[in-house]
Amino acid sequence: MRLSMLAKRDFTLYWRNKSDVSNALIFFVVAVSFFPLGVSPEASVLGPISIGLIWIVALLSVQLGLDSLFRDDYEDGSLEQLALSETPLALIVLVRLLVYWCCVGLPLSLFSPLLGLMLSMPAEAYSTLILSITLGTLYLTAVGAVGAALTVSLKRGGMLLSLIVMPLYTPILIFGSSSVSFAADGLDADGLLLVVFGLTVLSVSLAPLAISASLRMSLENG
Amino acid sequence: MAKSRWEWFHQLASPKSFYEKTTRWVPWLGFLAAGLLVVGAVWGLAIAPEDAKQGNSYRIIFIHVPAAFLALAGYYMMAIAGAIGLIWKMKLSFIAMRSAAVIGAALTFVSLFTGAVWGKPTWGTYWVWDARITSMLILFFLYLGVLALADAFERKESGNKASALLALVGTVNIPIIYKSVDWWNSLHQPATIKFTSAPSMDMSMFVPLMIMIAGFYAFYAYVLIKHMRAQSLQTERNKQWAKDTLLGE
Repeated sequence: MRLSMLAKRDFTLYWRNKSDVSNALIFFVVAVSFFPLGVSPEASVLGPISIGLIWIVALLSVQLGLDSLFRDDYEDGSLEQLALSETPLALIVLVRLLVYWCCVGLPLSLFSPLLGLMLSMPAEAYSTLILSITLGTLYLTAVGAVGAALTVSLKRGGMLLSLIVMPLYTPILIFGSSSVSFAADGLDADGLLLVVFGLTVLSVSLAPLAISASLRMSLENG
Repeated sequence: MAKSRWEWFHQLASPKSFYEKTTRWVPWLGFLAAGLLVVGAVWGLAIAPEDAKQGNSYRIIFIHVPAAFLALAGYYMMAIAGAIGLIWKMKLSFIAMRSAAVIGAALTFVSLFTGAVWGKPTWGTYWVWDARITSMLILFFLYLGVLALADAFERKESGNKASALLALVGTVNIPIIYKSVDWWNSLHQPATIKFTSAPSMDMSMFVPLMIMIAGFYAFYAYVLIKHMRAQSLQTERNKQWAKDTLLGE
């Protein structure tokens, strides 16, 4: 199977079923707007915590959609066909990850400055915020998908999926939000963005191998 | 020819022969562990001198440090056992992996708990977001993830394979997590609460600590084998040998 056809199919699925994308965005906005209600509406309180807050909620928004990443294909049997095709499963998985990231991660990163504005985030940090969330969501997609592949044969994998992958998000959360904080303090954030970039490249190149092994395992289980 | 050379390996892989082989010497391992722990604890808690700065409260390191040592080593033990299980499809190594996960999680909790108890008199608070504590906490979460995944499947073999794979993914990540938490900590707390570096420790404290670490290793091996024996019986409970053992020959 040609990978471009696969990408087209996945994009078409997201296009026909837009709620997958819009739900993640709505969750992002709703969850962030709860913080002024729960913490304080004062700009002096929200401003300093806004960066970490946006990062954590973006992380959760990516995470929540991942449960369905392979589920439909697993249930209707098309995952089995994909696993049997002569194209390596890792490449097929890579296409799936990139499509998910384009449909969920990119909109999130484009939305994040708006939320930064609402939380009175320092203005110098917006470009770094967009860049770090763009790269970071790709890392989150790749690492989280390992968990999605491991739990795909379980009927209720959602909570378990979060439990098993969230500890693995530690490095990207640290470097992603620190890079934005550096930019907000007027420091040079390039080095940290490069670390984020490196982590993302590492995860995107290694995770598909773990994911395809996990998917094969899940297919055996089913 | 090659077949007979590997026979011991295949024999070891069966829960039955593991159970039979360990029956004789596992009590001795228990005695060794108990002996080392008693000697180390008495020496450390009663005989070793008081610390000049921390007084008697430092003595908790005789439990805290060995537990933390083994909590980390236990993760690798678990991941290696899982990898062996995945590669050679050995039942016994999955059993070892599950046992290592339970014991490792318990030891991680012990090291976090004793750290908190120690923190109160030294730092004046039970919890600080220090690099080592935070890494330990994340290690604890990783253990919990492996345990939860192992028990989530109806078929035990599915849980074995899935959690082995997760443990391996975790192994790749642990060094990255440690480094990033280290860096994060240096950013937020310029090393104000650093203390107890092993080389500067006096011999009168260092020797009992080494004995305690050795004791913990022996204890770990003992508990691991005991747990594996119990699990072997449980997974093979429908086989004749397990019935014979349980019902007393």
